[in-house]
Amino acid sequence: MNIMSNRMINILVPVISIVLGLIVGAIVMWVSGYSPVTGYSALWNGIFGDSYAIGETIRQISPYILAGLAVAFAFRTGLFNIGVEGQLIVGWFAAAYVGMAFELPKIIHLPLALLAAAAAGAFWAFIPGILRATLKVHEVIVTIMMNYIALHVVNALIKTLSGGGFKLERIHQSASLRSDFLSNLTDFSTLHYGIFVALAMVVVMWFILEKTKTGFELKSVGFNDHASRYAGMSVNKNIVLAMVISGAFAGLGGAMEALGTFGNMSSMGGFTGIGFDGIAVALLGANTPLGVIFGATLFGSLKYGANNMPNAAGIPVEIVSIIIALVIFFVACGYIIRIGLIRLRKNKEAK
Amino acid sequence: MDYVIEMLDVSKKFGTFYANDHITLQLEKGEIHALLGENGAGKSTLMNVLFGLYQPDGGEIRVRGEKVAITDPNVANDLGIGMVHQHFMLVENLTVTENIILGSEPTKSGVINIKDSAKKIAEISKTYGLDVDPYAKIEDISVGMQQRVEILKTLYRGADILIFDEPTASLTPQEIEELLNIMRKLVAEGKSIILITHKLQEIMNVSDKCTVIRKGKGIGTVITAETNPEELATLMVGRQVTFKTEKGPSHPTEEILKIEDLYVNDYRGVAKLKGLNLTVRRGEIVGIAGIDGNGQSELIESITGLAKVKSGKILLNGEDIANKKPRKITEAGLGHIPQDRHKHGLILDFSVGYNAALQSYYHEPFSKNGLMNYKVVNEEAEKLIQEYDVRTQGVHEPARALSGGNQQKLIIGREVTRNPDLLIAALPTRGLDVGAIEFIHRRLIEQRDSGKAVLLITFELDEVMNVSDRISVIYDGAIVGTVIPQETTEQALGLMMAGHSKDTAMKEQAAAGKDGDEHHVE
Repeated sequence: MNIMSNRMINILVPVISIVLGLIVGAIVMWVSGYSPVTGYSALWNGIFGDSYAIGETIRQISPYILAGLAVAFAFRTGLFNIGVEGQLIVGWFAAAYVGMAFELPKIIHLPLALLAAAAAGAFWAFIPGILRATLKVHEVIVTIMMNYIALHVVNALIKTLSGGGFKLERIHQSASLRSDFLSNLTDFSTLHYGIFVALAMVVVMWFILEKTKTGFELKSVGFNDHASRYAGMSVNKNIVLAMVISGAFAGLGGAMEALGTFGNMSSMGGFTGIGFDGIAVALLGANTPLGVIFGATLFGSLKYGANNMPNAAGIPVEIVSIIIALVIFFVACGYIIRIGLIRLRKNKEAK
Repeated sequence: MDYVIEMLDVSKKFGTFYANDHITLQLEKGEIHALLGENGAGKSTLMNVLFGLYQPDGGEIRVRGEKVAITDPNVANDLGIGMVHQHFMLVENLTVTENIILGSEPTKSGVINIKDSAKKIAEISKTYGLDVDPYAKIEDISVGMQQRVEILKTLYRGADILIFDEPTASLTPQEIEELLNIMRKLVAEGKSIILITHKLQEIMNVSDKCTVIRKGKGIGTVITAETNPEELATLMVGRQVTFKTEKGPSHPTEEILKIEDLYVNDYRGVAKLKGLNLTVRRGEIVGIAGIDGNGQSELIESITGLAKVKSGKILLNGEDIANKKPRKITEAGLGHIPQDRHKHGLILDFSVGYNAALQSYYHEPFSKNGLMNYKVVNEEAEKLIQEYDVRTQGVHEPARALSGGNQQKLIIGREVTRNPDLLIAALPTRGLDVGAIEFIHRRLIEQRDSGKAVLLITFELDEVMNVSDRISVIYDGAIVGTVIPQETTEQALGLMMAGHSKDTAMKEQAAAGKDGDEHHVE
């Protein structure tokens, strides 16, 4: 009767992981002389405290979902796209540029800006894809380097376009994802329609992988490229395609920032980090579309909610970072907890 | 009776499933005792119990008359039990000596003492006629040699009871013969051997006794000299097994495959096929006999479009398919059972249903307008499972969970269902038990009888002799001769496989036959 089902284990693992992470985090706070109770209530309030916080948290989750999808999609075809960061940056720029440079009706302008972001990200990922497919250059190296190229090219473009300044003009209202309705609903937070774009893309990824012929091939190549070649699939075509789709997701992640959160683009001193966190998001979500939502929610909530800990509980930013990292660490170690649970179940069965 | 090992009424349960159901096995000192059973019958479980990897749920184990509890492999080692695993556990870029001492390196003032160990290894090697160079690197020696290193490893650690787990699975016919000699030598020197296998010929050749298990139950122990392969097969499978593959005469008609003057280089640019010519006609099975590495892989890969053809023609139904894309060739009427079913034949993480559709997913009714119809995929897979007797829990089970024989049935089903004019079967029965082998041979012959052409590539001499209608022998990238199985002998084939022309092989064979007759007269 009380034997755990697999489904139950699947639910228990992340829950136990998070609790363990929080416990160790509490110890860190306690040892450093801060009250874990105050600390965690500040974190809780930062995430769910009021409608404003909830709005900001959801806003933060959107780009994480897209970055996570980008990494997960490439993974499913056996590719490690570490270039999500760069693809996101060029996507951000493309969306911001289209948003400010044209004046069009919203029904055309907004989709066009989103499309530009997706296309820019796709193009940025196409390069490592084609190099891998034709010349066998490993995509990890190329994508890492493409990140730096993206960062500095975009900074240079911003400088040129703004006549020596440090940021682009604001986008026109017709390209914005901002929503008065959502903003009012959440006590004037910056919550925008981007979350719907992100969720739509979750469905798109699921649809491609689970419903289309292309998805069948992509997964097949990801599991075993030798057998796929035997079965007459073009492994090279699928590698390029997987990178392009992955890059498009990443580019849309950039559009969240350009058309929603910031409404423009400033020259950047360093990486946003969203693309790199996307790797962890994808891994936490086991590279499945639904899992990515879970991973992105965890990342986005902790990232945003933690901002409240220094203010409300006086805990230094460094300690906060340690606690966030601990929670993620334990979630990533879920495998160990899973084994523990399965062993527990076996013992029970034996009795 | 002087038993070195007695496993009495041993049982092992996994959940509610009995992997070993009250099995008894008694090993006498100085004998080779075969343990026979189909894949999944419980042979490995029983040996893992003996080696301390599993704990038995019932029964008792006696070693040299004393009751023992073998709680882990170290205990087994101390009792003098050594195991030669099917998959070698060797570090490729270390030497033989380094591999053997790994884990218990002898030291002399803190430095590993390779020299003394190497000397000791050389001595053991000499005693048993193993002929292993202690300083050779594992990656430089043949598979047969690597296996001897595994044997040496157990001897070096003082084992006098050796368990061989499917030792001949990856060996060439010559290497198998040598291994059997080594085993004879080992027992002559006082060691005792348990041989796990499902190859009946080996049991007949080398063992003194044979214990048969079927579906986890002990069927009985027979004395090899008093039995025959047919009886063993019946005991193992539980029903009559036909050995000689039954088939009528072939009625070949027009040519399906015609290869003319084919030259192919491998990826390093080394010439592997050097002017190969071959024809396969409708209604016949052509066997390619040869020692591994004489161009078989390149031949398969060039026909299937995976290797680049340097020059020459490959005509399939009259159309030159050299250097065409694999899918173009498949659609021109080729089916293919690849030699490595895990690497090339299946996507192990995909479900049985997906794997069944691997060659047909891209056209209707499996997909339409770019969308998959998984309902149809699974329905068709269901039919295939029924028809080809693939034992699986269902179309959603991952292919990885199937046994080797069932994986192979799945591949054959997939390829034959597409109704190809030419079916290439590369090592189709490697690692399979007699039941599965029989099934697969029958399917190949059915293909032939329905007017299709079959090209069989194998390293097993009896397979090529039994199943083929014509045998082409490949040596160093070319066909050295084509013979009819009824008109030739394994010896003549062996000579041709070593590079002799058909004429010389036949002549030597005739001379040898004459000698034999004379002896007979005496």
